[in-house]
Amino acid sequence: MYDNNPPKVRTQKPVVGLFVTCLTDLYRPSVALAAVKLLEDTGATVKVPRAQTCCGQPALNNGDLKHSRQIARQVIDAFSGFDYVVGPSGSCMGTIKTHYVEQFKDDPEYLEKAEDLAARSYELVSFLTDIMGVKSVNTTFEGTVTYHDSCSGLRELGIHKQPRKILKTVKGLSLTEMHDSDVCCGFGGTFCVKYPEISGRMASAKCANIRNTGADTLLAGDLGCLLNIAGRLRREGDQTRVFHIAEVLAGMADCPGIAEGQE
Amino acid sequence: MQPRSRDFKALSAKSMKDESLQGALRQLETGFVRARRDSASALPEFEALRDQARDRLDDVLANLDIHLLAYEQKVKSQGGHVHWARDGKELCEIVSKICHDAEAKKIIRGKSMIGEEAGLNEALESDGFEVMETDLGEYILQLSKEGPSHIIAPAIHKTKDEISDLFHEAHKAHGLTERQSETSALVAEARQVLRQAFLNADAGITGANFLIAETGSNIIVTNEGNGDLSCTLPRVHIVTAAIDKVIPTLEDASLLLRLLARSATGQEITAYTTLSTGPKHPDDADGPEEYHVVLIDNGRSEMLGNEFREMLRCIRCGACMNHCPVYGNIGGHAYGWVYPGPMGSVLTPLMVGLDEAGNLPNACTLNGRCQDVCPVRIPLPGLLKAHRVREFESRLTSSLVRYGLAGWAWLARNPVIYHPLMNVSMRVMAVLGRRRGAFRWMPFASGWTDVRDLPAPQGSTFQSIWRKRERGDS
Ligand code: SF4
Repeated sequence: MYDNNPPKVRTQKPVVGLFVTCLTDLYRPSVALAAVKLLEDTGATVKVPRAQTCCGQPALNNGDLKHSRQIARQVIDAFSGFDYVVGPSGSCMGTIKTHYVEQFKDDPEYLEKAEDLAARSYELVSFLTDIMGVKSVNTTFEGTVTYHDSCSGLRELGIHKQPRKILKTVKGLSLTEMHDSDVCCGFGGTFCVKYPEISGRMASAKCANIRNTGADTLLAGDLGCLLNIAGRLRREGDQTRVFHIAEVLAGMADCPGIAEGQE
Repeated sequence: MQPRSRDFKALSAKSMKDESLQGALRQLETGFVRARRDSASALPEFEALRDQARDRLDDVLANLDIHLLAYEQKVKSQGGHVHWARDGKELCEIVSKICHDAEAKKIIRGKSMIGEEAGLNEALESDGFEVMETDLGEYILQLSKEGPSHIIAPAIHKTKDEISDLFHEAHKAHGLTERQSETSALVAEARQVLRQAFLNADAGITGANFLIAETGSNIIVTNEGNGDLSCTLPRVHIVTAAIDKVIPTLEDASLLLRLLARSATGQEITAYTTLSTGPKHPDDADGPEEYHVVLIDNGRSEMLGNEFREMLRCIRCGACMNHCPVYGNIGGHAYGWVYPGPMGSVLTPLMVGLDEAGNLPNACTLNGRCQDVCPVRIPLPGLLKAHRVREFESRLTSSLVRYGLAGWAWLARNPVIYHPLMNVSMRVMAVLGRRRGAFRWMPFASGWTDVRDLPAPQGSTFQSIWRKRERGDS
């Protein structure tokens, strides 16, 4: 179904290990199903290792290196042998790509494995566009959307143009930019529960910027940001719909959006 | 200044309710963020200069001892004096003694963060000296008895009306009884009062943006010109600076100056860039009779040898705080000490202790915007994480967090238990949350639900759905 660039893949039919991410696994499996569909549509074979849970950021970002390393080893082992490892989150894939290596400076065996994993790991949208050469999707989404750049995806992985380019190929969709789309929404992992007042104000500023666009739907590539923003929108009585970008790209945004009730 | 970083939560809550502060913080975007973006994009080599500055400063720091000794030699050979202070207390004692020996009574100060770090004003005043700040922002804070809330715009939190009140009160003593409310009139009035102080002063104390080893000069950049007058008019000029301000050559200074003003205010260069090199020479028209430099360590030599070394590249431009969404919501005073924002959250724990300032490195989402704009590419989020590691390893992290993490990590490492347990939990939550799609309140999650709803999960976890699909497929 894709109108493809010549792909940069090592093999035409790569085997991709899906890094589901803990939030997607628990809160929004539809995002992972969308990711599977998008990956399979490129001709890739998707595998989901059972031995994965989380990338370890809660430990890493709270200074608990012992547990963070243990979890990193588990991920490294679970994802050895795939051509690529892809996940629907800039934050988790940024951790795997940049912060695993830093943690194994004194462990040559895992340092090598971490480097190998980092080289094979990608965030979903940038993998589709940059590696598989996907230029457009053959799906429809009626509505005006605005896109929030999650901080890790943007600054650790340089994801900015890719989602916008590919969103513009969705039929019926129009994209309108919000002010400060690249400013943090206030999630920050455990930050948001340690400093709720500050976090709430950051989320609130994001909500105002979203409202000012007049868009009816918010998209982003990270479920952490999306849960935070959707939660704040609801608290403010704002019914803007909220989806992960993968759901829209895969044509699977026909389910209730994040924090949307079913009467 | 007594650190109050322990009270970060209370201070930041207060700041978020302070309407006039919030109004001032909204100016950051137009005043600093856009100005920086425009001036950076107008200079094609800006990004390359940042790389160059980072690499050059790393080289300099690798041989800092040599540059410091060369600098000291040069200053001495030109008739100046160099003093070494281990910490703020020693710096205050040294400065006080210099002033005492020179029989200086009236002292004027140019803006210096080192003076703030050391608590120099309070120390000199308690030793009986008359001290007056000459930087407009610092002067305002001296009148209102507050510390700075920003490293380059120290009184950014003050509104024009508040300043008008302060001046009206304080300037009566100078025979200025009319209340001024226009910015230009307020500045003119301060200028009038300060001019007299410049002429009467016995000693002038300034900071230094850079110390140049090859010439023995110190450089200060200002937009008010008060630095020039503080250096040249009084009999004694005292420079207070930290050991990491030394750079080898004027060439290095010109590289860093190209980045400094652009990153700070978006200017190509500040209105004044003042170099002073030692005391007045026989054929000089003016200048001080005595020239002293007091170099403070205060933890910096230790940073040279540990994981915080990169922080010593900081050129104090303030860009990190201008772009920090946390700073933008709470302002500088909430950080509880001299240095606010991301650079302050790295430095403060190193200078006042992690037990006092443990909140600061944690009150950050690690969004990375500060690192993105730092002219010398300091990995600020990484350094904040390094503090969190220290905190965890020295058991300063709360036991709630420690046990919480240990329990969660155990589960995360046991997928055989984790997956079915999570599946059941999510299914229950999904049923409970189906109607509204989100929870307004959740036990043990008040940190989340105090300020936002908790979206309800969809139902079964992805892992359980995938398992079924695999079984069905096979
Ligand atoms: S850390 Fe970087 S951005 Fe912040 S004040 Fe220092 S040089 Fe400027």
